Amino acid sequence: MDKLIEQFSFGLFFWQLLLFLLLVLLLRKFAWRPILNSVEKRETGIKDALASAENAKKEMENLQADNQKLLKEAREERDSMLKEARQIKEKMIADASSEAEQKANSIIASAQEAIKMEKQAALNELKKEVAALSIDIAEKVLNKELSSKNDQMQLVDTMLEDVKLN
Amino acid sequence: MLKEISTKAFALFLLMLSFGMNAQEEVHEIAPQHEGDKDLKTEIKDYINHHLQDSYDFSLYSYEENGEHHYVGFPLPVILWDDGLKIFSSSKLNHGESVAEVDGNYYKVFHGKIYKTDAQGTINLDEEHHATNEKPLDFSFTKNIFVIFAVSLFMVLMFASMAKSYKKNPLPSGMGRFLEPLVLFIRDDIAIPNIGKKHYRKYMGFLLTVFFFVWIINLLGLTPLGVNVTNNIAVTFALALMTYLLTTFTANKNYWKHIFWMPGVPWPMKIILAPIELLGTFIKPFSLMIRLYANITAGHIVLMSIIGLMFIFKNWLGSSLSFGLAFVLALLELLVAALQAYIFTMLSALYFGMAKEEHHDH
Amino acid sequence: MTIPNIVGAGLIVIGAGLGIGRIGGQAMEAIARQPEASGKIQTAMLIAAALIEGIGFAALFAA
Repeated sequence: MDKLIEQFSFGLFFWQLLLFLLLVLLLRKFAWRPILNSVEKRETGIKDALASAENAKKEMENLQADNQKLLKEAREERDSMLKEARQIKEKMIADASSEAEQKANSIIASAQEAIKMEKQAALNELKKEVAALSIDIAEKVLNKELSSKNDQMQLVDTMLEDVKLN
Repeated sequence: MLKEISTKAFALFLLMLSFGMNAQEEVHEIAPQHEGDKDLKTEIKDYINHHLQDSYDFSLYSYEENGEHHYVGFPLPVILWDDGLKIFSSSKLNHGESVAEVDGNYYKVFHGKIYKTDAQGTINLDEEHHATNEKPLDFSFTKNIFVIFAVSLFMVLMFASMAKSYKKNPLPSGMGRFLEPLVLFIRDDIAIPNIGKKHYRKYMGFLLTVFFFVWIINLLGLTPLGVNVTNNIAVTFALALMTYLLTTFTANKNYWKHIFWMPGVPWPMKIILAPIELLGTFIKPFSLMIRLYANITAGHIVLMSIIGLMFIFKNWLGSSLSFGLAFVLALLELLVAALQAYIFTMLSALYFGMAKEEHHDH
Repeated sequence: MTIPNIVGAGLIVIGAGLGIGRIGGQAMEAIARQPEASGKIQTAMLIAAALIEGIGFAALFAA
């Protein structure tokens, strides 16, 4: 201990204290503060950049999710529209076919009616014709003196042949 | 014989160069007046002593020729306060060999210190070989101060240019690439965990400066320049004093409360604890001072002794063994240089942290 | 140096050596147990070792 105290050089202590204090002050002003500040700035910059990248990623994910949702909705809409269209089409077809059937039925019915009436009319005509013919034949027979039975028969035949139902 | 010894001494110095080693003997031997009758051990001891003590001039090495000392280096200013400021070149002292005459006063170097003498340079000794001459107040710009000054200048230039490089580019470039991790290490692993995020910025200037200063100075001590600053108790005392003052003057109420009225213990204990705690505040920086000083000094003495062994063993086996041992020890000293800087910074940060600790329940 | 001084210095070295050795050993064990906490353990170890060393040196100078 005595040796230490004896060795102690006051001049060295004085200069060391002075120079070191100066060194601390100088370095603090010209080195440590700018260095630490720029390092900190860089660190916060990196942190911010990382955070914003993370945000962008999240946003991207959100966007993608939105897109997916939109796509899904669109698809559903399309599906429902298609379904509706199909339904309409089927209904239309069904309607059309039933209408056509009805029409056809009514046409057929009216045709049948017409045929019936024609037939009736034709029959009526025929009846009238037959009646007239019968009267004609009867007149002729009566007019012609029927000599023999053969002649009579022949006459009827020829008559009938003439009549030929047109 | 004389020639042989001085060549050996020179060879010792060259080996010291190759190891980048130096040391300072704690015990100052009385320098023998006659060179001729010295044995090798004393020669080595004296040589180490003579060249690696703090000196008034910057000399890299010396050699002997025709019985005269020749020094390679340059003188530094000697500044004394002895009834007025006295400034003169250390070349006047002639490495302690002659008496300097300044304004009618005579000064002579004895054991690395300047004493006031008469014109003949008589040094009066007491029984324990201590000089009884008057000692003027010595503010000389010695070798160590020159090194401190040079290192400070170097640090300012280096770190200011590093700071400037950040203006152009946010990424470190050049030296900054090596220095930035160290700066960040001190911030993230020393300052923030010990002091806390809230207050650490105030102390960063001191912590960073002390770390790099001690480290660079320690490393310089391992170079062949023959400088050894941190094994001067005055230097470590100045550093530790700064830690003490910073701790004391930035301490908050909670710190003083823990010293004078320790919470959570019964009152008789509080009275007993107060002086112990108060003493503790002085012991903490004192241990910082002693630790740095003793580690560097002890390392240097051990290494120098082992290098000196090379010359005492006069056979190839012993010499090469001590060569290997010295090599390993030199590597260890490189580690110690960084470790002591780290420990000093770390413990300073720890003490600052104590001074700034917020109140919390025990 | 007188003989009591030397003996005292020896005792100090033994004590400090034991202390630092124990710190180092325990720290190794702790690191082996929890390798992820090795950084913190190393720091604590260095501080403890430095404190013992400080006491040791102080005693050595007193001796």
